[in-house]
Amino acid sequence: MPYGPHTADDRERMLVALGIDSVDELFADIPAPLRASPLDLPEPQPELELAARLEGLAARNRTDLASFLGAGVYRHWTPAAVDQLLLRGEWYTAYTPYQPEISQGTLQSIYEYESLIAELMDLDVVSASHYDGAAATAEAALMACRATRRERVLVSRAVHPHYRQTTQAYFGGGLEVEEIPVVADGPEAGTTDLAALERLLADSDRPVAGVVAGQPNFFGLLEPMAEIGRLAHAVGALFVAVVEPVSLAVLAPPGAYGADIAAGEGQPLGIAPQYGGPYLGLLASTDALVRQIPGRLVGMTTDLDGKRAFVMTMRAREQDIRRDKAASNICTNQALLALAASIYVSTLGPHGLRDVASLGAARAAELEAALAAVGVGRLHPGPYLNEFAIRVPRARNVHRRLLDRGVLAGLALADVEPDDPTLKEALLVCATEVTTSDEIEQFAAALDDILSGRPPIGTEVGAGTDDPRARERAARSTTPTGAAR
Amino acid sequence: MVPTDLRYTKDHEWVRVEGDEATVGITEYAAGQLGDIVFVELPDGGRTLEQFATFGVVESVKAVSDLFAPVSGEVLATNDALTGSPELVNADPYAGGWMIRIRLAKPEEVDDLLDAAAYDALIAAG
Repeated sequence: MPYGPHTADDRERMLVALGIDSVDELFADIPAPLRASPLDLPEPQPELELAARLEGLAARNRTDLASFLGAGVYRHWTPAAVDQLLLRGEWYTAYTPYQPEISQGTLQSIYEYESLIAELMDLDVVSASHYDGAAATAEAALMACRATRRERVLVSRAVHPHYRQTTQAYFGGGLEVEEIPVVADGPEAGTTDLAALERLLADSDRPVAGVVAGQPNFFGLLEPMAEIGRLAHAVGALFVAVVEPVSLAVLAPPGAYGADIAAGEGQPLGIAPQYGGPYLGLLASTDALVRQIPGRLVGMTTDLDGKRAFVMTMRAREQDIRRDKAASNICTNQALLALAASIYVSTLGPHGLRDVASLGAARAAELEAALAAVGVGRLHPGPYLNEFAIRVPRARNVHRRLLDRGVLAGLALADVEPDDPTLKEALLVCATEVTTSDEIEQFAAALDDILSGRPPIGTEVGAGTDDPRARERAARSTTPTGAAR
Repeated sequence: MVPTDLRYTKDHEWVRVEGDEATVGITEYAAGQLGDIVFVELPDGGRTLEQFATFGVVESVKAVSDLFAPVSGEVLATNDALTGSPELVNADPYAGGWMIRIRLAKPEEVDDLLDAAAYDALIAAG
């Protein structure tokens, strides 16, 4: 049975009213190669068989690994209250009602989300909300262009590659994205090249609307954000900070170092790493840019009887009213996930969030020490919070072999930056508060075995090596405790 | 009847020409249709406008509308009072609610604009 609401007769009458012959004519403006082709779907299955098939597919996911993968998405402990509260029927829709003020609870939840994120960012205005960190970053870059009436944005190559790709995709029709190189070696290796940034900013024929840099950056390193902001402002450009929200509990927030706009991925705030999304795009700005920020803004006021009330404000610049001149061509939001972030942040409180961030940093320091002890050092020397790149020969191959030993060794940087020779032999690894000492030990030992050419544990226990450390570890790992890891 | 010493566009801007300078705002009718005006976005001084190009945006509680330059020329001044008191556009559209002053680049363009009688007829027709 068809689930569409229109009968063939309905469609025919609509076509006649429009004076066209086919539905296809409505899509004439979309180039043919971009249109969806008919879906090649298998035959329907009974629910029982389908459930079995889906469970079989789900079982192919590896959930047994000791994971050191971050690269933009981070594992954290989510208090049970978060998911339980999300299941309440009052919340369980991503949509803001079309007559929003009738749903005061929804508006209050958005207002609280905006207030909490504004406090984390130390900025005046937060919009609720965007698809993900990449979309929020692209919107931030577009805001800079609208606010300055300039058409060129500089994005550090140390910003997440997906965010840079998304920004490129959003830009077009005269707007230009240019990448700021990263320092190749020395103490600042892996961070934004300030001298190159100054040169790019000096091109007065092509004035810059905004400069985009990440904190921590994609390699986990801390950037000289205040200095980048100062260089941007000196030529009248806006400064966009791309941030990870948990880190803001211990690092300086964007407002403190002069960012005009902040964007980020909200996933670490109580949202599970769920295979690419749905996630939550955070976007915040100074009050001066309130008319450039796309998305929902909710304000608190009093009604005619003097009672507290929440209202949708600044609606007039959204797409349903302003059409092609809207602040953004995306007019939806992630209300449920924004609510998850609000519940997560308020459940943990400021001290709890600081504990999460500092525990992650401590685990990462432990990881660095454990890897250094088996001869694996960092790729970049600068300070980091809870994620860093390590130098590993034949990184992709080692990454694959570590999977066989139950370790997800982060991300082979060559997978996302194939053209950068400095990243050929590197893995990006991270730790958070859920990383255990056992997992760190397992990772270091497995990496040591692979790099020293020892076979997997259990095939030739401790044989063929003169290294007493390795023999001892191999013996230990075959004890029931080791096997259970 | 709208003021007879002004010229008008079909988009509801008015122009007061004095020598080679033109003062521009929106009409009482336009302000009334928009409702309470909460924000006016104006160009930077020194910018050169083409006739009928967008020069700014007026935002009311229910809509955001573009502002169109009735004549070509350089922007000499903008009404800074509108930053803090955008409601002047509703309260006093033809004086305190003025928006920009332009140095006329092509004075003959003024002849293409509507006079008061023609503008009155336009708004009477709805």
